[in-house]
Amino acid sequence: MYKTHLANLSYDFKTLRNLMAKATPPRSGDYLAGVAAANNLERVAAQWVLADVPLKQFINEALVPYEQDEVTRLIIDGHDRAAFAPVSHLTVGDFRNWLLSEHATSEILTALAPGLTPEMVAAVSKIMRIQDLILVAKKCRVVTRFRGTIGLENRLSTRLQPNHPTDNPAGVAASVLDGLLYGCGDAVIGINPASDNLEATARLLHLLNDVIERYQIPTQSCVLAHVTTTLKAIAQGAPVDLVFQSIAGTQKANDSFGINLDLLQEAHLAALELGRGTVGNNCMYFETGQGSALSANAHEGMDQQTCEARAYAVARKFRPLLVNTVVGFIGPEYLYDGKQIIRAGLEDHFCGKLLGLPMGCDVCYTNHAEADQDDMDMLLTQFAVAGGTFIMGVPGADDVMLNYQSTSFHDALYIRQVLGLRPAPEFEQWLQQHQLFDAHNRLLQQREIPALFKPALQKLSGHSNGQH
Amino acid sequence: MGNISKPTAASEDPWQALSQFTPARIALGHAGMSLPTRACLDFQLAHALARDAVNIPLDFIALSGHIQAQGYQTLNLQTQAENQRVYLQRPDLGRLLSASAVDCLQRNACPNADAVVVVADGLSSKAIEHHAEPLLSLLLPQLQTNGYALPPVCLVKHGRVAIGDAIAGHYAARLCIVLIGERPGLSSPDSMGIYFTYQAKPGVSTDADRNCISNIHCNGLSYREALKKLLFLIDAAEKLQLSGVNLKDETTDDDLENLPQQANFLLD
Repeated sequence: MYKTHLANLSYDFKTLRNLMAKATPPRSGDYLAGVAAANNLERVAAQWVLADVPLKQFINEALVPYEQDEVTRLIIDGHDRAAFAPVSHLTVGDFRNWLLSEHATSEILTALAPGLTPEMVAAVSKIMRIQDLILVAKKCRVVTRFRGTIGLENRLSTRLQPNHPTDNPAGVAASVLDGLLYGCGDAVIGINPASDNLEATARLLHLLNDVIERYQIPTQSCVLAHVTTTLKAIAQGAPVDLVFQSIAGTQKANDSFGINLDLLQEAHLAALELGRGTVGNNCMYFETGQGSALSANAHEGMDQQTCEARAYAVARKFRPLLVNTVVGFIGPEYLYDGKQIIRAGLEDHFCGKLLGLPMGCDVCYTNHAEADQDDMDMLLTQFAVAGGTFIMGVPGADDVMLNYQSTSFHDALYIRQVLGLRPAPEFEQWLQQHQLFDAHNRLLQQREIPALFKPALQKLSGHSNGQH
Repeated sequence: MGNISKPTAASEDPWQALSQFTPARIALGHAGMSLPTRACLDFQLAHALARDAVNIPLDFIALSGHIQAQGYQTLNLQTQAENQRVYLQRPDLGRLLSASAVDCLQRNACPNADAVVVVADGLSSKAIEHHAEPLLSLLLPQLQTNGYALPPVCLVKHGRVAIGDAIAGHYAARLCIVLIGERPGLSSPDSMGIYFTYQAKPGVSTDADRNCISNIHCNGLSYREALKKLLFLIDAAEKLQLSGVNLKDETTDDDLENLPQQANFLLD
């Protein structure tokens, strides 16, 4: 049924899963998996065929069998047919036209989200250009809350990422303070611990909690340990705001991460029980990234972008505060160069937003990828134009623990400046009240140390006087 | 600083003291709200060094010369990843020996080999260029002292960690030791790792069967510390007859700071 005749060649794509993989824009991970189109013509042929597939077909033909995969079961069992009704008669190609039209308003897209499956949004993204991905995502509005309100129109939040190679508390605190002084951290202050053990995790949780309380910062903390470690920390009474976990789009890949839906459910309930949010109770933080299923040899014959979209079905079940696609972290065997990284980041944002998720993007790359700061500036700018929810703030864009490059505090200030974007309202008020930002959210040009942090820094200059 | 009549366009941050606590790029100052020129070029310099570490090919001739000068034989082998572009995109090919490499191994048979030592360029030629020879000069004599029969040291171009399995399989060696250039960070472009596998089997052994000693570079783990860990793992593996997740490194980390600092300037 997935056949076409194009430029004197016949194509028969046999299954929807195969068709999706062949239609996907070029990506080194799909070549590695052996599922990509052999050439440009085969890719375009697949896109033509895909455009004629009715959206309903995605309900009838699971890409991974219902019986063998709990993510498929979650997608099918959780599908809201009433919400789907307004687009249920459309093909993938018509769905693209409809999304671009004035009929698809913010309100209508919000109501539609539970009626869409990851495969439907992945399919339509494959026949969209970058400007389509931006235009439609920009219309989506997803607002979440914990101690601050994330995702309001014309706002862009940042995760302050103060990683340290040995989790040294003073080292972490130094990066936290530098980030706060640059106005960063309204999405979360989130640390990747160097070692995933309970003691280190609990120590960092207490540190962040104490800083947030001491300086009355309207934000939330997270230590990005494995969910089982965080559950143990909760049981010990550690102050957990957000529960973190990396998730993927197949049961097998999630197995390789040591998680399943029941475990995530248990963690979600445990965090809700703590009730630490003040303006809302979205208390999960998920990270994803194209290629993660393949790297666990658990892609089930799917292309990596479709796998990624299926991870969002897992995420949305738990009403997260934040979802972050860590797009360039995985390396060139999955996303070869800046061009592939940029498109992947925008696809992920588009798919996540259509499915109703608060999508952020770790605009990032490794040193063995064909990418540089210019590529990141392009993705950052396009992501923000598309209405991206949050980005990372890493000191000088150089993560000294994870050894990759992300966006910096300065990058966030750049993009807020050119697009007139503001931080989350509660955090914005805190920044202005303590004179970290002026009334127009600009750094004060004559920089004195703000009174709030003067005592802490004065202690230090007292310490280091002898050295100068 | 402080020359009011001639202000520079960039502002410095009056919290430089924080830099004593972390290698992170903090207190960079700002020009407008952007990165000042100096910090911007510092970053580009570090990125250039890291990119060169990945892309400048390792001088295998020089490396084999250095090792032979120590009195050890070497073999130069290739994987099926025929060039750097293929190598980066096809990790599977970097785990397979080329036909000529298989020939070469067959011509250099070594019955009763106990341990193979493999050096692969991996993702950082600089790591191998800087650290392989000094580490081997400690490791190889120690292995011989411990009575291990060694075939020639195998130097592999475009190799991934699992290439050691193919070589260990060829020699039917019990111990497989792979020195490899690690994914370079901006602050550590020449970091070397050692992967140890007990009874490595090509196509069967996985990452879960290996022990890794990583971060060997001038600001990381020292050669002696790395060797201490490796020798501990080898002894323990011989007793337990396994390596990987069920074999724990129980040496104490002399190099690493484990203890939290008691004082935290932000909170006390």
